[in-house]
Amino acid sequence: MTAATLFGLCAAVLIGVGLYGLIVNPHPLRKILSFNVVGSGVFLLFGAIAHRGAAAGMGGDPVPQALLITGIVVAFSATALAVALLLRLFDETGSVTLSSDAPAKTGNNAGAH
Amino acid sequence: MTEVLNVGLAALILGLAVWTIVAREAPAAVAGFIVYGLLLTLVWLQLQGIDVALTEAAIGGGLTGVLLISAAVRLRSTESTARAQRPSASTRWLAAALSAAVTGALATCVLALPEPAPTLAPEVLANIAVTEVGNPITAVLLAFRAMDTLLEAIVLLFVLIGVWSLAPDRAWGGRPGLLQQADPNGMLDYVARVLPPIGIVAGIYIFWIGADYPGGKFQGATLLAAMWLLVMMAGLADAPPISRRWLRWLLVAGPLAFIAVGVVGAVMAGAFLAYPQGYAKSLILVIEFALMPTLTVVLGLMLLGAPQRGESP
Repeated sequence: MTAATLFGLCAAVLIGVGLYGLIVNPHPLRKILSFNVVGSGVFLLFGAIAHRGAAAGMGGDPVPQALLITGIVVAFSATALAVALLLRLFDETGSVTLSSDAPAKTGNNAGAH
Repeated sequence: MTEVLNVGLAALILGLAVWTIVAREAPAAVAGFIVYGLLLTLVWLQLQGIDVALTEAAIGGGLTGVLLISAAVRLRSTESTARAQRPSASTRWLAAALSAAVTGALATCVLALPEPAPTLAPEVLANIAVTEVGNPITAVLLAFRAMDTLLEAIVLLFVLIGVWSLAPDRAWGGRPGLLQQADPNGMLDYVARVLPPIGIVAGIYIFWIGADYPGGKFQGATLLAAMWLLVMMAGLADAPPISRRWLRWLLVAGPLAFIAVGVVGAVMAGAFLAYPQGYAKSLILVIEFALMPTLTVVLGLMLLGAPQRGESP
């Protein structure tokens, strides 16, 4: 099995594992974490395909590799925004639940605002 | 031998990914994720993507790890309530079935990829001489697909505006993050004094060689941002208030210079972001030099989050 096939299959499993965590973990921070696992799986799959395109003395196709660098940076900024939203929710309500029937304004620092 | 190493690496990565999902405590899960990011760096080396490996190590593992671990520690008190909301067994089975189906479909695609693989490498090689840079990734990022990089720089800026807009009214225009104080004789303080000079040189080196060898502005800027954050975490310097005029100018300088180069191309070479003959490398360097400080500051401030305090320290 070539490295590209091996890590391509590994990426397929990573996407599945991350997707499961995204659905099952109720805590939003854990959802963000799972989302990052899905993201890295997608990047790895794309990277394995880029490696298959090795030609002209290059170890991989440079066009998808450059897109990957852009993708990793944008994924980080999306994570930063999600974490900022989550922390603001926590500061406002003292809890981070996503369920609609949970009581708002509970917790320890709700009175501070 | 390499095959055995690769299989071991893949198994470790899968194990850490599962740990990240099932770990009971969020900080433990994030710790697993950081190691996972570092091991992914090794995979990128195996896949001959050294530039991607550097980015993954700096941003995927490093900055994302710091961001998530500080959030996990702050949200520790919310974990027990979340644990009580665990979905029912049927939902979990359904999720597992769905995930397995997605994995199965993707694995089938991986095994059915066309032979020989389509590639743009020969085209890049044929045209790289025009750009006068030696690193094909840099040529793609700043010449062949410069529009992507421009939009990426703008996306980073928009995300920072989004993060700032989450500030409470009383803290608007103030300093982001909490005031840090470390023991002046402690380890953190020592590291924050010793490491930055080395880190700054390494960051600038990675940036400078990016034109011809693996490296570049994103990886270099991340390293510089990490040094800045280290100094702030040790309490040796405070974060600037976001209302400062010089800070605002620094944030838009990179994208503005990039757009200006694009307009020069539109006038002199007939298309937005086209480089006039013979000026390609100089214009690429102009863009890189302008983007570097902007990226450093944007990445650092993104990690600090929304303003929390007033302007006074």
